[in-house]
Amino acid sequence: MGRYCLKRILSTIPLLLVISFVVFMFIHMIPGDPARLIAGQDATKEDVAIIREQLGLDKPLLEQYGEYMKGLLTGDLGNSIKNGKTVAQTILPRLKPTLMLTFSSMVWATIVGIAIGVISAVFRGKTLDYFGMLIAISGISIPSFWLGLELIQGFSVTLRWLPTAGLDSWKSYILPSLTMGAGIMAVLARFTRSTMLETMREDYVRTARAKGLKETLVVMRHAFKNSLIEIVTVGGLQIGGLLSGSVMAETVFSIPGLGRLLVESINFRDYKVVQALLLFFAVEYIVINLIVDLLYGVINPKVRYD
Amino acid sequence: MSKKLLEVKNLRSEFKRDKSWVTAVNDVSFTINSGEILGLVGESGCGKSVTSLSIMRLLSPINSKISNGEVLLNGQDLLALNKKEMRKIRGREIAMIFQEPMNSLNPCMRIERQLTEAILLHNKISKDMAHKRAYDVLKSVGIPEPEMTLKNFPHQLSGGMCQRVMIAMAMSCEPDLLIADEPTTALDVTIQAQILDLMEDIRKTKNTGILMITHDLGVVAEMCHRVIVMYAGSIVEEASVKELFANPKHPYTQGLIASVPKLGSKVTSLPSIPGSVPDLSVMPKGCKFAPRCKYAMDICHTEEPELLDIGEEKKRRCRCHLVNQQEEEVKR
Repeated sequence: MGRYCLKRILSTIPLLLVISFVVFMFIHMIPGDPARLIAGQDATKEDVAIIREQLGLDKPLLEQYGEYMKGLLTGDLGNSIKNGKTVAQTILPRLKPTLMLTFSSMVWATIVGIAIGVISAVFRGKTLDYFGMLIAISGISIPSFWLGLELIQGFSVTLRWLPTAGLDSWKSYILPSLTMGAGIMAVLARFTRSTMLETMREDYVRTARAKGLKETLVVMRHAFKNSLIEIVTVGGLQIGGLLSGSVMAETVFSIPGLGRLLVESINFRDYKVVQALLLFFAVEYIVINLIVDLLYGVINPKVRYD
Repeated sequence: MSKKLLEVKNLRSEFKRDKSWVTAVNDVSFTINSGEILGLVGESGCGKSVTSLSIMRLLSPINSKISNGEVLLNGQDLLALNKKEMRKIRGREIAMIFQEPMNSLNPCMRIERQLTEAILLHNKISKDMAHKRAYDVLKSVGIPEPEMTLKNFPHQLSGGMCQRVMIAMAMSCEPDLLIADEPTTALDVTIQAQILDLMEDIRKTKNTGILMITHDLGVVAEMCHRVIVMYAGSIVEEASVKELFANPKHPYTQGLIASVPKLGSKVTSLPSIPGSVPDLSVMPKGCKFAPRCKYAMDICHTEEPELLDIGEEKKRRCRCHLVNQQEEEVKR
């Protein structure tokens, strides 16, 4: 398994190279000039040109990419165009809120989504099933920005239970993580239900019943454990997208996290920060996929890493 | 003297299809004695498996129901039991083995857990004792290295080995009745013979009654004492194995037996029964086999024949107007 991990990590290097190149090219191709933004609309062309030169933006793109890569390999991500601090200094303080938000959304969405899916499958065609699927369909179809605003309206403005925005205490995370997790909860609920329904038709589930096991044991020990293999795949993909999906929730709830930093940096054409953030999201996605693949081995005895 | 183990009386099972109920098993009655192997044969879709699942009460409550009949195991009506009582019967008094051994074992669970699960459920013994019992029962079904097999997952075993494990699992609580639903269909011929020998051994040593569901007449001839032939959800003929093969009465049974290839015969093409099993929702009026029967008379298309005792000793049963007529002629 150690060798498998190493192989997987090494195999991501070319992928990261491609990602870094694509990200670099895309961000530089977006119309707009950071030098102009720094100098202001009234500045002369000459002033702007001087700033461009200072930032190294006058060089050919490929040369700039080369310098960027050189920096990347030596651990130097460059400085933010906007505030002059190093990229690491800019990103690190924003990391904690996003990680907290991602983690809390992931935990509740996974637990609730899977629970709704299992219950709906077991009570297929009954009221509980319809109720569960109603929640799931709502979660999928309600846009998260609207859900966020409605939650603020309900819990913060009307009931005054939770803060509307910012980061004061753990309470500040509740509404944003509800907003962020709703979609994933819904996808997981629907997927768990359909996978469970399929698994419950399997011969080994009938065998388990024929042994005289209680229905709850049949469902959890035999059907659910086998369904987990597929649930983990979908769950992994969804959760991988969570971190970058924090943009919306952080904007609605004014949380100083990575998602909002990304939006701000794109608006300011803060190339270095945008590049670093996108690369970070890509690495995170790859790591989560690796974790999912390793989880397979734990859940599915047929998978062997050699 | 063997005692009456299972008595099925007028069993009727229905399935929901497009908001209406269709009958999959109709008026099925039979008995199995301890130490007896009863064969249940017929084409796919004739209601064999539904009959067995009805006995175990394992039909899905969402789209199926047992609407009539009694299933008496040692005199106790299983259909009258509540869920909890029924769970105590399953696995302990009636055990089942299935057609696809590879799919019938949980792929995510080690063999040991799958075996001890049932043992611990039905017996008040320690885990160590359950392990010992699992080891013993694997050994008794001819698994060469039980300790290693216990640690394996199903995908690490062959189909034959999986079926042995299934049989071991079924026999681990020493049930009175074993229902084998096409136990050899998915296996190689050589493995088939081993599995059948194993079941015969179990029957002899434990005096277990066996309901052998199959469409393989070879298996029936080799294993069973009595045979029931089902067609479109009903029993059409019942006889001892010898009588059935020597002198099949019902035209359907005759067709089934004729369609088995015989060694040494010089026929170039194998006879088959024309047509196919009718759909449950559009059953023909009268005798359900009449549309495919070469002896069909007018009455066969209008009136359903009853399952009557036939033969001098009344030990056979047959559901056919023609046979009934012949019987009456013999009486006169």
